Formats: sequence, structure tokens, C-alpha cells
Amino acid sequence: MMRRKNAILTAAALATAATLGLAACSAGAGNSAGSDGETPTTATIALTGPPTNLDFTTTAGSAIPQALMSNVYEGLVELDQSGEIVPLLAEEWTVSDDRTTYTFTLQEGVTFSNGDEFTADDVKFSFDRVKTDWVSSLKAKMDVVDTVEVVSPTEVAVHLSAPSNAWLFSLATPVGAIFSEDAVDDLANAPVGTGPYAVGSWTPNESLVLDTRDDYWGEAPGVEQVTLKYFADATATTNALQTGDVDAIANLQAPELLSSFEADDAFVVTTGTSSGEVSLSLNNRAAPFDDVRVRQAVLYALDEQAILDTAWNGYGSLVATYATPTDPYYEDLNDVYPYDPEKAKELLAEAGQENLDITFTVPTRPYAQAVSEIVVSQLKDVGINASIKSAEFPAVWLDEVFTQHDYQMTTVLAVEARDILTAFNDPDYYIGYDNSTIAPIAAEADAADEAGYVAGMQEVARQIVDDAASGVLFLFPNITVSKAALQGMPENAIIEALDLTNLSWQ
Amino acid sequence: MAIRILINLARFAVTYVVATVVVFLFMRLIPGDPAQIALGVNATPELLEQTREQFGTDRPLIVQYLEWFGGLLRGDFGTSYLTRTDISPMVLDRVQVSLILVLTAMAVALLVAIPLGTWAAVKHRSFSGVAIGLGSQIGVAIPGFLAGILLVMIFAVGLGWLPANGWTAPSVDFGDFIRRLILPVVALASVQGAILTRYVRSAVLEVMSEDYLRTARAKGLSKNGALLKHGLRNAAIPVITVTGVQIAALIIGAVVIERVFVIPGLGSMLLDAVGNRDLLTVQSVVMVLVAITLILNLVVDILYTIIDPRLRRSA
Repeated sequence: MMRRKNAILTAAALATAATLGLAACSAGAGNSAGSDGETPTTATIALTGPPTNLDFTTTAGSAIPQALMSNVYEGLVELDQSGEIVPLLAEEWTVSDDRTTYTFTLQEGVTFSNGDEFTADDVKFSFDRVKTDWVSSLKAKMDVVDTVEVVSPTEVAVHLSAPSNAWLFSLATPVGAIFSEDAVDDLANAPVGTGPYAVGSWTPNESLVLDTRDDYWGEAPGVEQVTLKYFADATATTNALQTGDVDAIANLQAPELLSSFEADDAFVVTTGTSSGEVSLSLNNRAAPFDDVRVRQAVLYALDEQAILDTAWNGYGSLVATYATPTDPYYEDLNDVYPYDPEKAKELLAEAGQENLDITFTVPTRPYAQAVSEIVVSQLKDVGINASIKSAEFPAVWLDEVFTQHDYQMTTVLAVEARDILTAFNDPDYYIGYDNSTIAPIAAEADAADEAGYVAGMQEVARQIVDDAASGVLFLFPNITVSKAALQGMPENAIIEALDLTNLSWQ
Repeated sequence: MAIRILINLARFAVTYVVATVVVFLFMRLIPGDPAQIALGVNATPELLEQTREQFGTDRPLIVQYLEWFGGLLRGDFGTSYLTRTDISPMVLDRVQVSLILVLTAMAVALLVAIPLGTWAAVKHRSFSGVAIGLGSQIGVAIPGFLAGILLVMIFAVGLGWLPANGWTAPSVDFGDFIRRLILPVVALASVQGAILTRYVRSAVLEVMSEDYLRTARAKGLSKNGALLKHGLRNAAIPVITVTGVQIAALIIGAVVIERVFVIPGLGSMLLDAVGNRDLLTVQSVVMVLVAITLILNLVVDILYTIIDPRLRRSA
């Protein structure tokens, strides 16, 4: 017995000594790549909110398309940084006179990362597959497609059941991604697309490594390997940039951490625009917000500039609707409800709701926590007593607010691009807006020509604002911090994709 | 002694099975539907139904439980709802990371605590003894995550000596592995070291007042000689218990440290999985933690028997 115990103790002692001894000799011996003066060929980008898997056809959220669209998957068209629809896998396209047939001429010599050649058959396969295999209401964006006709290997005609402006835009979003028929068995782990990068390795919740493809049809990206690293905490992210573990932060979620970077020449800070509205959603179907006067009172009671300054250090911009300045139909509607507490009180009195008690359901997200206190204090000034109820995001928020519509007022970051109709043209959506007035206008606008589309959608947006359907506190900024030598980080996030194909080192 | 170990093993098995039931039921009680989370704001009732079917969360609870439990017995945790990959290899990866972190921290803490605590006890009336006692009291009061944040601010961001966060597997780059290990280990070990120092000190103090030590001294051994020859062995018993308990506590406590230092251990896996209501993953990770805790208890019990001959005779 005694001997055995000694053996155990000796082994333990040796193991400990070995660990510590090695620790002592190796400390400080490591060296990070790229510090030897040569131009680096890799870049590491910090992101928040990791994708749970790599299949956006069956899993929600912007994290998967953020990483994969533009980089791994490509569509026939894409959106440029100013919001214009431009060609990508389609060289060009024509629209029939009745606006129901789009004929695309495809790029030649395009291959998928598994070596398969890209042809018109893949377009047909991908578009058809949205209707059959996608598990997400996004698939509805393809409902308007009647048939997809392969004219020749490089030509495909898409017949719509009715003209649709929204459809061509949708082609630039994930539903327009082109897949190879042979490579859709394990999309969650092994995506295959025509983009300049292929997934090199993928560690859930940690990192995604994108490697350049030698056989990419277009211009090769300036950086051979991009690693996306996921952080749960904004401070950890900025620490990683400061110590050189990452080269850039895409979409920093804590503007208060920016000051040290702005003062330092080694870093560049850009604040672009995004498609994310920080909403103040009011439940139109439940008291007290089923009364338009009470909803209007809330909008008059809020000083959005003060909210933006307090909650988000002034970064971001003010929009009054779900339309953003990069949308073709955007119109500045900020003046409809100026900050006017007296007017708010009048409206509340008219509605018989002086001294109103409401519950404000706040999801556990940085932006939501940041806006909640100031919103509550501004509402208090006009006699609305909002008590904050915290809801764990996403689980509890989705369950209570989104699914059961069990809330009065909430806030959420609505990130999807051109989502005004998603939010307001559906009375079953959690906001519960009565869409009977806007539905016919929206349908007409979708079928009209470009000018008619813009005019119709503006009418829709104005109607929603007139009805005070809900508020938008501010448009989320896209704050990017990168090492000064790293060029080409996209400034705006107007669509889910984080396009990393223009990165380069100076 | 064999009987004693058998009893321990039986207790281990029963506790484990009870724990599976409790963990399973608790996971079903918290609000949030995994299908809803996977589909997010793009869910429609039909899609939700379809996804629940795919996840198997629409089946009776007892069926879900038995399937999961059967898998556990075979060492198969099942497939994650969200990542669509097998959970077992992921958990195995994460367990290694957490164990390396925690055991290194514990080793460092013991290496510091045993000499310091003994010294503080022997010299408990001198200045150095009082100083160690006071210092350990302060150390106990500082939360590990705060120590972590301070260490990062000073040594990573401020001085730039060590990385602020991240993890490299030892097989990939050993030097980098060590560099990234230092700060989190120091953060964990400083608090643990303080706790253990206090235990060692009081254990040695107690032993010093025992009769057998007086007897030993009467036989001509010096004070230190008597302590080394007879005292420390007895002082070790409470210290071993506390070390076992503390390792279990450390694994749980490391959750926060893993967050601060962005370390892909069990803790961060658990947090991510809870947030996403990835039920099978949460259950699996929790059961691994339960197993580690129970095994530690078992080991402590057995070590007890080995060190203290009196326990060998009883039972």
C-alpha cells in the first residue's frame, strides 16, 4: 500500500513539475505571424454572434449568410455598397415587356469549389430547391417564381406568375444563392459554392477559416486566407484587436470602447450604415396600443436624437420607418412626429389614458439594454409609466413576444434588408398591424415598373408612419475597426453578406 | 476497504441516474422552443411543426428521455439540434480544454498554498505568518473574473506581454499554448491558492496542537522535524478533501474565466448551448460535469482510505 501511494505521489509530482518547467522555458517564446515585416497573406476578422451551423436554408439568423454569402456562395446578382443591384454570376439579363420573364446570360468558366461546372441547370436546381427544401419563411420570396427554364447551358429564363420588383432584389439575398446539385447533402458542415473562398475549417462557436480557391472564375481576393473569429463579449473583441490576435472587428457592438482606437493611428474606425433598425415595437392588437392616439403619443414623447446620443454614443442615424437610406424608396419621414411632450400628453388625454401603466419587454441584448432606461424616462415625462421586463434573447423573447404576441411594447434589432413589408404587411406578425390599407398598394408597387415601385412603396411607408404602427429608435451603425494597414473592410452592412473579397494588406 | 469502494461505486451510479432525470426535466421546464430558435423570426406554424418533428421534440417526454439515456450508456450524446453534428466528439474536445485549464490552475495553487500555508501556521505569531493570513483573506475575496480582467488590462493590453484571450491546442503550437494558458491559469490559481492557503494553515495549526506531536517532541524530535514526520500526513487529509471539492468548484467557476479569456472549454459550450436551447448539448455537458464531480468525490474517498489507516479498518 505504502509503495503504491508513493508511486502515485511521485507521478503527480513529476507531472506537475514537468508542466511548470515547460511553462517556464516556453513563456514568451511564441511569436505571432506577420510580424517579420513581410506583407501578410492572411487576415483574422472578429465577429459577434457565431452561426450555429453553416446551412442558411434551414437555420435562421444573419450569422450564416454574413459569413458565407459573397465569400462562399454567389447569386446571379449582388448588391453593391450603395444598394444597387449589379450582375454577378449573370453577365446580364433582360426583362420581358410584361415584366414576368427574366432571361439571364450566365458567366462562362465558373466552377464550384468541389470542381463541378456551373451551368443553367444549377440555377434551376437552386431556385426550385428553395420551394421544396428550405425550412424558413424566407422561401416565400421564391413563391412568385412559376417555372425556371433552362434555355441553354449559359442561359436561363425565369417565368414569374406576376411581375415583381422585390424578386430581383431577393436574388441578391440568401434565397438567390446558387448550389451544386451534387453538394447539398451536408450544407450544415460542408458548404459548396462558386465564390472566391471555400470553407477550410469550421469549429462551431469559435472560428471559420476561408481559403482562396485557385480555380475561382473572377479576380482572386487580395488575402489568401481569412479567419472569422467569434467573440461573445465586446471587450474581449477589442482586447484581441489591441493585442494583435485579430486584424479587424466587423460591426463592433459597443461604441463606448471606440475612443482608444480613434486616438490611435495604428487603427482605422469607420461607421457605415446598416440595414438594422432598432425598433420600438408596439403591439397594435392589444390595449393600450390598439388606439392610434396612444401609439402616436409614444412617438411624440420620444426624443430619438437624445436616445441615440445616450444609448449608442451618437453613432447611428435616425430613420422613422423600416426603410433605410440605401433603399430605393427611402424618404426622410423624421419630421412626422417631432419631439413634442405636450402633444403627447394631449393625445393621451384624448384617449383617456393619462397615467398609463405599461410593460416594456427588453431582450437581453446590448442595444436593447442601452435604450431601455432612457426610453422609460422619456415616457415617464408624459405620464406613461413603463416597467421594464427583461426577456432572455433569443429563447424567451421569441417565445413570448414573437410567437405568443404576449407583450405591449418591446425593442428589437430588425436586421433583414428591405423588411418593411415583412413587418407591416402581415397582420399575424408580432406587431399586429392592420395592413388592409397598405396591402393593395404594396401589391401594385411590386408589379409596377421601377418608378411605380418607388412611388408605391413610399406611399406604403408614409401610411405606416401615419398610423404610428411602431417606432424606430435609430438605424444601427456598422462600426468597423481595423488595423490601418488592412484595406477593404466593407463599410456598410446593407445586406447580410460580409463581403471579404476586397481585403488587402498595404 | 473493497466493500467501502463498492458502496461508493453504487452510490455513484444511483446519483448519476437520478441526476439524468433531474437535468432532463429541468431542461424541459425552462421556456423557449428549440425549433423556434432555429427558425427565428422567419418561422411559420407549419415550418415550426416540421422542425419539431425533425428535432424529435414533438415526441412524448419519456421517449425522448429513454433515447437520450440509452445513448448516454453507450457514450453517445446524440446529434446537436443546431450544429447538426455529433455532440460526443465536441464535448470530448471541450473537456480536455477545461481539464487542462483547471488542473494546471489547481497544481499551481497547491504548489503555492502548501508551503505558504504551512509557513503561516508554523510562524503564526510572526509578522510573515500574519501577512500571509491577511493576504490570503484578500485573495479569497477577489472574484476570479475580476482578477482575469485586471490581468488582461495589465499584462495583455497594457504591457503587451501575453495574449489577451484565445486558445491554441498544445499539439498545434506548444509555445503559443503556454502563452495563452498563463493569464487564465493565474486568474484561477490566485483565488484557489488563497483559499487553499487558508485551509493548509488551519489544518497544520490543528495538527500542531495534537497530543501525538507533543509525544514526538518529547521523544526528542525538533518542532519542525515532528511536523514533517508525523504532522503533515494528518494535515493532508482535510486538504485533500478540500482540493477535491475545489476542483469541482473550479470547473464550474471556470465558466466565467473561459468567457473572459475566450477559451473554448465546457463552460463556454454550456453557455452557448443554453442560449440556443440546444437541449441535448446542454444535458450532455451537464452530465459530464456531474460525472467529473462524482468521480472526484470517489477519488477523494479512496485517497482518504489510503492515507488514514483508521478508515481502512472501519467498514
